[in-house]
Amino acid sequence: MNFLKGNAACPGCPIPKELDAILDVYGKKTVIVIPASCSTVIMGDTVLGMPSPVTVVHSPFAAAASIASGLSAAMEFRKDDANILVWAGDGSTSDIGFAAVSGAAERNEDITYVCYDNEAYMNTGIQRSSLTPYGAWTTTTPSHKHEFKKPLPFIIAMHNVPYVATASISYLADFKAKFSKAKSMKGFRYIHLLSPCPPGWKFDASLTMNIGKLAVETGMWPLYEIENGVFKLSSISKPYIDKAKRKPLEEYLKLQERFSGLSSEELANMQAYIDEMWNYIAKVNDSKLIP
Amino acid sequence: MVGNHAVAYAVKQAKPQVLAVYPITPQTTMLEKLASYAASGELNAKLIKVESEHSAMASIYGAAIAGARVFTATSSQGLLYMGEVIYWAGGQRVPIVAGIATRAIGSPWSIWDDHQDFVSKRDAIWIQMMAENVQDAYDMTLQAFKISEDKRVILPVMMGFDGFVLTHTMERLSTLDDANVGSFIPERDFNIIDFDKPIGIGPIATQENYIKYRYKAMQAMERSKEVIEEVSKEYSTLSGREQHGLIEFYKCDDAEYIIVAMGAWAGDARVAVDELRSKGISIGLAKLRVVRPFPKEKLMQVKDRKALIVLDRAYSYGFGGILATEVKASLYNANIPIYSVIGGIGGKELGKNEIIGVVEKLLSGKLESEVWLL
Repeated sequence: MNFLKGNAACPGCPIPKELDAILDVYGKKTVIVIPASCSTVIMGDTVLGMPSPVTVVHSPFAAAASIASGLSAAMEFRKDDANILVWAGDGSTSDIGFAAVSGAAERNEDITYVCYDNEAYMNTGIQRSSLTPYGAWTTTTPSHKHEFKKPLPFIIAMHNVPYVATASISYLADFKAKFSKAKSMKGFRYIHLLSPCPPGWKFDASLTMNIGKLAVETGMWPLYEIENGVFKLSSISKPYIDKAKRKPLEEYLKLQERFSGLSSEELANMQAYIDEMWNYIAKVNDSKLIP
Repeated sequence: MVGNHAVAYAVKQAKPQVLAVYPITPQTTMLEKLASYAASGELNAKLIKVESEHSAMASIYGAAIAGARVFTATSSQGLLYMGEVIYWAGGQRVPIVAGIATRAIGSPWSIWDDHQDFVSKRDAIWIQMMAENVQDAYDMTLQAFKISEDKRVILPVMMGFDGFVLTHTMERLSTLDDANVGSFIPERDFNIIDFDKPIGIGPIATQENYIKYRYKAMQAMERSKEVIEEVSKEYSTLSGREQHGLIEFYKCDDAEYIIVAMGAWAGDARVAVDELRSKGISIGLAKLRVVRPFPKEKLMQVKDRKALIVLDRAYSYGFGGILATEVKASLYNANIPIYSVIGGIGGKELGKNEIIGVVEKLLSGKLESEVWLL
């Protein structure tokens, strides 16, 4: 939809590309709800106007899922088939707005909730969130984070919602297919994007797509869907059930300064986390997560 | 009807389309009643059963943006938890009506009545009305919807009424019939979401512009004074009950002394005034029906009296009674003694006898400038 032509995103930021691809699928009958985040800034101010081709409702940090619930209720009352789409970062989704997200999921609100996860509070200058991975440097974890990333897509899936998926803009066809499927469904749809951030992860702005790809190839970011509770590994990630097919974690880490200076113990913990996650995935693949 | 049911009945008649429901004492039975109206089909509205007050206000804010008439209710901690979105909705100037069953704020815990919760939101760009009795709460709720949606105003409105004292007290209630309510509050006819004209709602405002939006909000609040009076008159005619706009002057024409109060306490003050008058004391009551916008110009009508006594059920710690402060500020050019009486905090029992006691103390020259009725 020619989204965000000439906007305030940093060089190499995937947000404009991600929104562009989503709106290609969702179309102009969409309202986007954006809580406090980098995207607030990218959407511009009241003077220069907005780069978005659809209406944007800005939201306080913890309120996006609830504002979207209200918009959706009013649209239903108007018998308007508009798409209500939340576009929220990891801090808003997994930390401060978590209760509201959980509430909207439990009520099965008719909204699409997208978490663009750049793994820290980037808009305020790189502070750790509950989605910052183990081992990452941030300004509030100056000697690396030592807690693991909250398994948010699984937590949302456990609310028994119709659709949960992970995606990456580095795999555009898979990305768009997931949004197409989400659009065709009703109820609470949750799509979690790993959204590499050049200044926050400290990599060169030309590498965004490569980093996204390496996250998948090393097994750090498995691509999957959980449709009506059934877990299904996406075809791109399927080979990585076999550990031998995964690229060494080192290839993903070495391009990002946020992971520099990790001890061998820290590296081993990261690798063990990935291996355990994949053991779990192998166990649940093609089966229903919720009894 | 009890106060909570009277307000719920008024809300049902106003035909809101989206309601947010979350419990807190003493407001709960108001939203329960609305939920039962929706379940029985008497009210055709979507109820969002949210997980917190923060989400209650956020969800009806979203619905109001998309053109729906909306309502929610809360009290005390709930109003505070809602606070961030209260300000957000005020800043965006969206028509919303919220019922506030007033209650003390913890800690320590108190489920009982005072006005600290209500007055804590006086700078949030919301119109704030306060009812004296159950009938008033019903009447004001209907007026609140009309004022909120008036194109000259477009501001959210809080309709406050005292927790338990009114919410759970049974009074005889006269209601309007649905057709009259329908003509008094026609369907909301504006919607800011147009898929052919995308806009940003609540984006970043530059330093140049933010202050201009706030200036416009200030002007809208000032304009609302006239609209509140107008709506009050129209409703008086429709209902046959005199509504008095921003402030009611009761037996004030010749009064040497004036009691200033808001909420259910004004009812006690009214009885106290009658009793004192029967003893030959020249006294009247100025009842604040609306505290945002504050009727400071109207208060000037009583500037030439011997003294004012302002009753406060809330306090600004480190300064003084909140209404007393505002009354003093409104009358700063008048050379009139203004006494501040703080009472009823956290539900402490208080009635006409205490008010009469205060007036008698004043007449005997023994009333201090600020008194706490402990």
